[in-house]
Amino acid sequence: MSEIIVYAIVLVALAVPLGAYMARIYRAPLARWEKRLFGEHEQTWREYAVAVLVLNMLGIAVVYVVQRGQALLPWNPNGLPAVDPRVAFNTAVSFGTNTDWQAYGGETTMSHLTQAVALGVQNFVSAACGMAVLVALVRGFTRRHADTIGNFWVDLTRSTVFILLPLSVVLSIALAQQGVPQTLAGQDHAALVEQHAAQTVAVGPVASQIAIKQLGTNGGGFYSVNSAHPLENPTPLTNFLECLAILLIPTALCFTFGRLVGSRRQGVALLVVMALLVVPFLALTAWAESRGNPVLSSLAIDQHLGNMEGKEVRFGVPASALWATVTTAASNGSVNAMHDSFTPLGGLGPLVLMQLGEVAFGGVGSGLYGLVIFAIVAVFIAGLMVGRTPEFLGKKIEAYEMKMASLAILVPVAAVLIGAACACLADETYTKALGNPGAHGFSEVLYAFSSMGNNNGSAFGGLTGSGTFWATAGGIAMWIARYWIIIPTLAIAGSLARKKSVPPSAGTLPTAGPLFVVLLVGVVLLVGALSFVPSLALGPIAEHLGG
Amino acid sequence: MATRTARPLFEGPIVRRALRDAVGKLDPRRMIRNPVMFVVEIGSAFTTLLAIAGPDRAFTAAVSLWLWFTVLFANFAEAMAEGRGKAQAESLRRARKDVPATVLAEPSREARREQRASSQLRPGDYVLVEAGQVIPGDGDILQGVASVNESAITGESAPVIRESGGDRSSVTGGTTVLSDWLIIEIRAKPGESFLDRMISMVEGAKRKKTPNEIALDILLAGLTIVFLLVTVTLSPFSTFAIRQAGSGHAVSLVVLVALLVCLIPTTIGGLLSAIGIAGMDRMIQANVIATSGRAVEAAGDVDVLLLDKTGTITHGNRQAVRLYPATGVAQMRLAEAAVLASLADDTPEGKSIVSLGVGLLGRAVNAPEGAVPVAFTAQTRMSGVDLGARRIRKGASDTMAKHVGGTLPPDVRAAVEQVAKGGATPLVVADDTQVLGVVELADVVKDHIRERFAEMRALGIKTVMITGDNPVTAAAIAAEAGVDDFLAEATPEAKLAMIRDYQEKGHLVAMTGDGTNDAPALAQADVAVAMSSGTQAAKEAGNMVDLDSNPTKLLEIVRVGKQMLMTRGALTTFSIANDISKYFAIIPAAFVGIYPQLRALDIMHLHSPTTAVLAAVIFNALIIVALIPVALRGIAVRAAPAAVTLRRNLLVYGVGGLVLPFPFIKLIDMAIGAFV
Repeated sequence: MSEIIVYAIVLVALAVPLGAYMARIYRAPLARWEKRLFGEHEQTWREYAVAVLVLNMLGIAVVYVVQRGQALLPWNPNGLPAVDPRVAFNTAVSFGTNTDWQAYGGETTMSHLTQAVALGVQNFVSAACGMAVLVALVRGFTRRHADTIGNFWVDLTRSTVFILLPLSVVLSIALAQQGVPQTLAGQDHAALVEQHAAQTVAVGPVASQIAIKQLGTNGGGFYSVNSAHPLENPTPLTNFLECLAILLIPTALCFTFGRLVGSRRQGVALLVVMALLVVPFLALTAWAESRGNPVLSSLAIDQHLGNMEGKEVRFGVPASALWATVTTAASNGSVNAMHDSFTPLGGLGPLVLMQLGEVAFGGVGSGLYGLVIFAIVAVFIAGLMVGRTPEFLGKKIEAYEMKMASLAILVPVAAVLIGAACACLADETYTKALGNPGAHGFSEVLYAFSSMGNNNGSAFGGLTGSGTFWATAGGIAMWIARYWIIIPTLAIAGSLARKKSVPPSAGTLPTAGPLFVVLLVGVVLLVGALSFVPSLALGPIAEHLGG
Repeated sequence: MATRTARPLFEGPIVRRALRDAVGKLDPRRMIRNPVMFVVEIGSAFTTLLAIAGPDRAFTAAVSLWLWFTVLFANFAEAMAEGRGKAQAESLRRARKDVPATVLAEPSREARREQRASSQLRPGDYVLVEAGQVIPGDGDILQGVASVNESAITGESAPVIRESGGDRSSVTGGTTVLSDWLIIEIRAKPGESFLDRMISMVEGAKRKKTPNEIALDILLAGLTIVFLLVTVTLSPFSTFAIRQAGSGHAVSLVVLVALLVCLIPTTIGGLLSAIGIAGMDRMIQANVIATSGRAVEAAGDVDVLLLDKTGTITHGNRQAVRLYPATGVAQMRLAEAAVLASLADDTPEGKSIVSLGVGLLGRAVNAPEGAVPVAFTAQTRMSGVDLGARRIRKGASDTMAKHVGGTLPPDVRAAVEQVAKGGATPLVVADDTQVLGVVELADVVKDHIRERFAEMRALGIKTVMITGDNPVTAAAIAAEAGVDDFLAEATPEAKLAMIRDYQEKGHLVAMTGDGTNDAPALAQADVAVAMSSGTQAAKEAGNMVDLDSNPTKLLEIVRVGKQMLMTRGALTTFSIANDISKYFAIIPAAFVGIYPQLRALDIMHLHSPTTAVLAAVIFNALIIVALIPVALRGIAVRAAPAAVTLRRNLLVYGVGGLVLPFPFIKLIDMAIGAFV
């Protein structure tokens, strides 16, 4: 409990100045070199969206090609062969969309070049894209009668160079100091306590990869078991830092948002919404895991440490529950324990957090713009209830915004449900993918598509996702869920920027107060609950009640 | 103010016709305009087929029947709302019957006359209407003064005066001249008259969806798609579970359809158009004709009201309220002189001076023998009376200063300044060259207007008083009436500029007007209410017409506009909140065949899976009927800040919608359980 409180305090203490710093970065006028590089041209929302898509499609293509050609390329000390085309497709989309779902085991599949140049670059780019789209959306609120919403290339560059890069450098040095490898060598050989036995340990440019993996809510680990691996996450300090890095930028962006829209209270209100959404599920998971495994309770097994199956003894229940919650609340998806081995209710927490649409913290940028979309819907309903055309931050919310907001909310729900339904009909699921029978098996399927359909990337474990159906369907789900939220979000930004700004009056609904916070939490929970309660009943709930 | 007597909610003939129309509206081509209810209709048809062909006939047939009822109830709600309008339209149509018209070749009583049916009249025709005749079409009065009975349109039986020139020069077809005669130039084409517009508005023939209605439709359609996905995917999900468990029954199609219909927002989907129609109906009950639903909705958004001082904030005329005698002059002497100077003055101001003076003197004053009244002229700018050589005069202070030979005594000057500073008009009274004192003429602010403005302020609406008075006078009245701002020495241009200025800052502006010079401002305002007594130009520029010509009505209009939105919002919240309880009823019922342990979710302890599903479906259908009165009447609008209103409505319709279905579903389940 105390470590969770310390975590929260340190998080906010770091996020406030970082938020202010980021606001300054985005607000700064164009520097000379930026003008020379990008020109002074600003983009309409369509141009902005095209730029995002083009860059991402190119990035995805590059990741695919590098994976397929890694055997011929340098920095492949372990001589790994070309990646299977289905897995390569899945992985390319996965990293391009900031999902980082891993249908492969890192150290046995990807060369150092692939890790660093293909995946590592996407870790930066996909995160920076999320932040850029958020900043574009902010401009929709702050501009009046404007046709443009900024320049994507400027936003992208600033996010990468001035925010992600420096933070990553600091974090990777700290991690390397704590013993995370940072080398271009492929293997290390460790002498074991047993005589004449030696272990080959996979190493590589790990620290740099892990830093951005956490900071950019990517989550794709260097090693297959992610941050449960002792070299990815060697000490309690690295565990704390990595866990902190997951929520750092999503939290700080709330403060940035408040500053940029000229209402710091609004930023705080959105952060409170995120926290209120996460805390109950953190409590649920921590409680369920600390109770131990109900199946074992009738046996004479000491469970005073809680349910330790699938958890690192180094971390124990609280740190694992915290990580599981944080990694699924943010769309990170890295793990330091195996969620598949959580109790049904313990696993329900992370599952639901993803199903809420990755808006409680969520991905860097993407979580907050997702929450703003929900806020638009909440404002609409609230506006009707107070008898006035709804306004959010001075902008009227009308049919066009509702169309786009509905689309952005609908898309991930559809990706999850349709994906999981198709998986239930595919033979591959039963012959290859499933790790467990019964309701738990369904939880695995639901978890996997909830993760991919919300661009989280967290894996329940147990499931094998490298088959044709899974790799392909997953890739499609990730692709749709990412870009079919970005496009409507930018469309909203464009539409809002064109509008005039309505001055607030007593008739305006305050959107920074506790009432609106409660309403927004309610809307997010209600949409999530209404969409997923039936499927949850067939998965974790049936499993839990079945004892 | 004459409002029509409110119709009772459920009138026999309207209900009967609505029941008939509800069936007629089942036509899928009409249903598709309402996506939510269209899905229900498809579900009903589908379950009907299942009932004919599939297993479990009795249960399927029962579900199917109630799904049809759900559609019919929604149609009934819409038909009810339309029916109330139709009944009103019929009474209007009676006023529109073809009448003979006397067409003149020229606008003169002596001109050549010709008889023609009113339906044959064209704009530009001159018609003569004499006492007892019905005015054949909309137009402007060119000549004559007459009292006109407009009850056919306004429902107000007291006749009104209509005369050429000025702001009372327009007449409406279908009204009757009671006395005297009028020569009218016809302005409207047949079929496009005010009465025609009113009838089509009332009937909802031209009803287009309002912007917020469209946005809400999109949200509801989005939710419907989500629930469609939720239910459709349940079939493969349950197949998975059975394949894994090796036993159990898949969820039946009829249960899936039932779940779908229970989840999609049928309550609001079914009542949405009824709410809109009923909102228009309430406007008509308040004697306001809006040219579109959009205008009504915009009224709810208005945050600046421009109100003419005269008639809206103050009673039309200034009245004498106080006397300030000059030093050494007795109050009684001043009073008597003021009364004498005003005896022949027929203006309301003059009359008020007489009544104030007589009250002070305590006796009647009659004009002495040989008194010669001196009327006000633009040249002298004084009025009064000559009693032989004695000349008693009253007039504005500067005029009177000249009259008495240069300057007023300092104490009188002080009184003049004091009165002017208080927002009133000072009149100086003089007996020959002796200045007797000052009469204070003040605008009298209407009773309770201050409270109305406070209410508006609570709703976040700013009130701005428009007046031709000087800034000092205007400020004083503004302070007394409690408006937020004022525009003094207002010209039509200043008004227009002010509206543009507010709009530029993002405000939505409403105003009332009646004169031709109001037309540009009316056209610019977002919500423009023209007085029915006003000129044709004003009526055409506005997007609403107030048949009572009561400028205070604007406040009522804002309220109705807000009410329409609030009713939609409240029922949407209610509808969505209802879904939670339906999950608790249907999910255990649907899946208990696969995972018996899910019975634990059946917190209502319903009789059996089939009664549970049926109970949820029946509740879902009946709640539409139960909420028809709310949809037609609208929910309560209180003057409170947005946050307070939201909290209240969230508690009532959100929390209420969450909790209410549980006991009712349980009750319905018990009732069904008793039969099977």
